[in-house]
Amino acid sequence: MSLTLFAESPSIRTFLGKRAIASAISLVGLVILVFFLSRLTGDPTALYLPVDASQESREQFREIHGLNDPLPVQFARYMGDLLRLDFGMSIRRAEPALDSVLRGFKWTLQLALITMSLVTVMAIVVGSLAAFRVGGVFDRIATFCSLIAASAPDFWIAIVAIVVFSVNLGWVPTSGTGTVWHWILPVSVLFIRPFGLILQVVRGSMITALSSAYVKTARAKGVLDRPIIFVHALRNALLPVITVIGDQAAGLLNGAVIVETIFGFPGVGKVMIDAILQRDFAVVLAAVMVTAFAIFLMNLLIDILYAVLDPRIRY
Amino acid sequence: MTDHLLDVQSLSVEFHTAGGTVKAVQDVSWYLDRGEVLAILGESGSGKSVSAAAVMDLIDMPPGRISSGRILFEGRDLLQLSQAGRRAVNGRKIAMIFQDPLSHLNPVYTAGWQIEETLVIHGTRRREARAQTLDLLQRVGIPDPAASAAKYPHQFSGGQRQRLMIAMALALRPDILIADEPTTALDVTVQAQILSLLQDLQRETGMGMLLITHDLGVVAEIAARVVVMNSGRIVEHGSALDIYRNPSHPYTRDLIAAAPGKGDLPSNTDRRADALLDVQGLSKSFGQFEAVRNVTFDVMAGECVAIVGESGSGKSTLAKAILRLDEPSAGKAFYKGRDLFSLSDKELFNIRRQIQMVFQDPTQSLNPRMSIYELISEAWVIHKEILPRAQWHERVQQLLEQVGLSADHAQRYPHQFSGGQRQRIAIARALALEPELIVCDEAVSALDVQVQAQVIALLSDLRKKLDLAYIFIAHDLPVVRDFADRVIVMQGGSIVEQGSVRDIFENPQQSYTQNLLAASLDPDPEIQAARRAARSL
Repeated sequence: MSLTLFAESPSIRTFLGKRAIASAISLVGLVILVFFLSRLTGDPTALYLPVDASQESREQFREIHGLNDPLPVQFARYMGDLLRLDFGMSIRRAEPALDSVLRGFKWTLQLALITMSLVTVMAIVVGSLAAFRVGGVFDRIATFCSLIAASAPDFWIAIVAIVVFSVNLGWVPTSGTGTVWHWILPVSVLFIRPFGLILQVVRGSMITALSSAYVKTARAKGVLDRPIIFVHALRNALLPVITVIGDQAAGLLNGAVIVETIFGFPGVGKVMIDAILQRDFAVVLAAVMVTAFAIFLMNLLIDILYAVLDPRIRY
Repeated sequence: MTDHLLDVQSLSVEFHTAGGTVKAVQDVSWYLDRGEVLAILGESGSGKSVSAAAVMDLIDMPPGRISSGRILFEGRDLLQLSQAGRRAVNGRKIAMIFQDPLSHLNPVYTAGWQIEETLVIHGTRRREARAQTLDLLQRVGIPDPAASAAKYPHQFSGGQRQRLMIAMALALRPDILIADEPTTALDVTVQAQILSLLQDLQRETGMGMLLITHDLGVVAEIAARVVVMNSGRIVEHGSALDIYRNPSHPYTRDLIAAAPGKGDLPSNTDRRADALLDVQGLSKSFGQFEAVRNVTFDVMAGECVAIVGESGSGKSTLAKAILRLDEPSAGKAFYKGRDLFSLSDKELFNIRRQIQMVFQDPTQSLNPRMSIYELISEAWVIHKEILPRAQWHERVQQLLEQVGLSADHAQRYPHQFSGGQRQRIAIARALALEPELIVCDEAVSALDVQVQAQVIALLSDLRKKLDLAYIFIAHDLPVVRDFADRVIVMQGGSIVEQGSVRDIFENPQQSYTQNLLAASLDPDPEIQAARRAARSL
């Protein structure tokens, strides 16, 4: 079914091409914006060299990192390197900027994948069951909890969770990575808000689907309740849901900056915030581009998922 | 004790809503035997579908509640069964098909999968189910079963979708088929095909069939016995012929009297000389697709010209193109000698008030957030020259009375009215601009027969009083026969035939028109029986 999707439609290539071009244009805009804005934060030389460093060593530092040239020249050089997929060197770490970013991105990707998988499964199951008996006890509890979850400030929960579960109870480590235990708090904290939000979308969408005419047909055919919910209604109800899932996942891929910082989690969010504070421009730009590219890929995935789920959608 | 196949006894169903308890059906009893067709006849809101929904366990409880009664199937009371027990009966012993098969088929699964599902959930193995599905598709007349099984509902036509529903319902050869308005959304020729398919299948399998309908013609074509319902109660019960010939209840009498298409045809009169609207060579394309092709006709002042044709024939597109709601691709349309298609926006604005439109669904065409006063007087906000503001109030009241509503309705909102009343409001809104030509796009199609008759009477009356001309777009031939002076028959975007009502109905020249007329159902069971006999020869 999903394979014929591509075989049957030659326009899918046109679609992908158009999307790629549109994304490339916005990516260039993003690079321009970030390149010049980050330069506004000041001269890295002041940060990296000791206060009493001589004028010559300062000049030398600027020369090495190409900070002496006028901004347009710097920019042209940067874009030229970029075309060869050279993202420049990290000043701080003296390694290719892309390496620093990808190292962080690997962690973020894992965190986002684990969190969003849990969120998706839980929100769909709980939301569907809540929608099946609207106004029932289960529905009321689920709606109440989802409202709280959707409006909870995650940085506050993160800090309280560290105080309660790490400091007072000593069940899990306060920060860092290394064992499974290190993942529990970051995942749980990041889980809460998307869960509340997506649960509400699933519930609303499922209520519509369950009151539809084709569900009536399924009942008249003798289909039992569980397949009615999870086979007949769910697939129809998923379209608005995956849009919100994509939106939330994009938020996590961007680096859950605050939560990663609080938990000392070495994700791309932390890499980015450190790079900004350290005026490590090449790393900031590489991080922005890697996350933007990831989000582009994910949006594409969502568009394809749309067409897979709903045969009426063809590109 | 009776031993009917299905026996509904003193069934009462109520719905608990915010507005209070609604008694949907009260003390309803009917039975169905193997091999017979029973029709439940009623208008919208009569409760005709409720008892069938109760049989199929399709009533949502809450808000619904079955307050009394029994539903005996093969001697067992279905209402005493567990939910799993009910679902085991559904689809295997009693199956159901619905109006509007597009929304009743799941859009995201293939036709084949949905038919297989009926078989599989009741215990057939997947592989066997797949083979049987192809046989079923073949039997209900779907071309190329193997390819069709892999298609999705939106890839079929309306008639084919209903065939899919029938295949799905009859997969396990149930004892009973319940058909709820199975042909209402379909074109007449397709309706005739679906009804004859149902008849064939019923004879073949010997099942009992319950047909829920508002259409006397459908009853006459297919049913042996009829139960007539009104306001949640059964008012009459008997053989289809008896009830048609000798209705005993006043409601049934009114219903039969309201059936359109029985009066004498008007004799051909000379047309007036001055054409109000003269359409020449109108075409309208959407990309490659030519929806309307080179259409030429005219409408005289005070004349009613009906445009008939099946869905997709381009009749609504034609109307929209004339009004420039959709810009036409080619052609001219002279209104009082001026070409509508070459007018500037400003000139068009002035002339548009003389041509008004009444749409099919007043629920959608009237803004629900505007009061009736606002809806009608908006015309004068836009066209200030018609009426000074001081007189608006009085005029709205006049218009409401003219369309058979009362003056104090002006402060209400559309949702507070019935479908027929809403259509009257839509007509009053059109009249507010003092038009000379009104385009009615299926304006009475969604209305119950009696209401339909009233609205048609209103339109005729207004026509005489105000010397209005109508373009009356319809698919329902009997209504056209009663109301129009001239008929234009369209097919695939072109006019196949046009002439006076008398010529078209008594002496149609084109085979397409002849088929259309032959497929239209007469409310008289004897006439339908004679036609059936003639067909099978």
